[in-house]
Amino acid sequence: MTRRAAEEHLADLALLRRVRDRIDRDHAQPLDVPALAAGVGMSAGHLSRRFKETYGESPYSYLMTRRVERAMALLRRGDLSVTEVCFAVGSSSPGTFTTRFSELVGMPPGEYRRRARTAPAGELPSCVTRQVDRPIRNREAPPSPDV
Amino acid sequence: MSSVTGMDIRIHTTFLPHTRPEASLAFYRDLLGFELVQDVGSGEMRWLTLVSPSQPDVRLVLAPPAADPGISDDERRTITELMAKGSYQSIILATSDLDAAFARIAGAAVEVVSEPAEQPWGVRDCAFRDPAGNMVRIDEVG
Repeated sequence: MTRRAAEEHLADLALLRRVRDRIDRDHAQPLDVPALAAGVGMSAGHLSRRFKETYGESPYSYLMTRRVERAMALLRRGDLSVTEVCFAVGSSSPGTFTTRFSELVGMPPGEYRRRARTAPAGELPSCVTRQVDRPIRNREAPPSPDV
Repeated sequence: MSSVTGMDIRIHTTFLPHTRPEASLAFYRDLLGFELVQDVGSGEMRWLTLVSPSQPDVRLVLAPPAADPGISDDERRTITELMAKGSYQSIILATSDLDAAFARIAGAAVEVVSEPAEQPWGVRDCAFRDPAGNMVRIDEVG
């Protein structure tokens, strides 16, 4: 790799970092991949491909994972309905949100909310406390303790 | 203060890598308020030692990444890639006035990762990238 190519490669990685940081910062906003791509002057397809090569998952997957993590925290509070939480975390489709939540957490958001509310944190079943206590990033449920 | 081991061992110096030393120096000195107490080397091979005026006995050294001659070119490339993608180093700083710190730092052209917020892990913090891509979180402490 020439020095110039190497510098362009690093600059490209820095752009992907900005996209990921923007997801971390603004995932509660109605963000989508075309908007993320436009923010760094890439096409949506190019961004998705390069992001996945760099971080191991697509920007859409990363965005939804962050929304699900935030939703878990809001659901544990217990004062918001599942639909309210869905919109509060920037997801415009309750169906898509519920599907992704279930894939990552291992149960639908309504059940997660009910379980988190009915048992104090110290008395939750271990399968739930694992999910409560650990970040879910880059994992698919059901989580194994060994992952 | 003694510990269960009877030892008195504290954090004295910690390191963060830079890629453009002048940019990193401007970030930590001019924006965050650290003081430069030592400047060794030249060009990209500079070691910049900084301290916070409120904690002058703890040193932060901004150092060139992968300067160890035992690191291969492939390994060096991997390290610079990890830095660029934001997956290499981080530091957590502390302030008593998070909102003022955030307003000052975010007013400059830096990458904001998180605005001041209560985090699920029990702290109120904000986060930035330094010019080398290191994650810089700032916790609010009493």
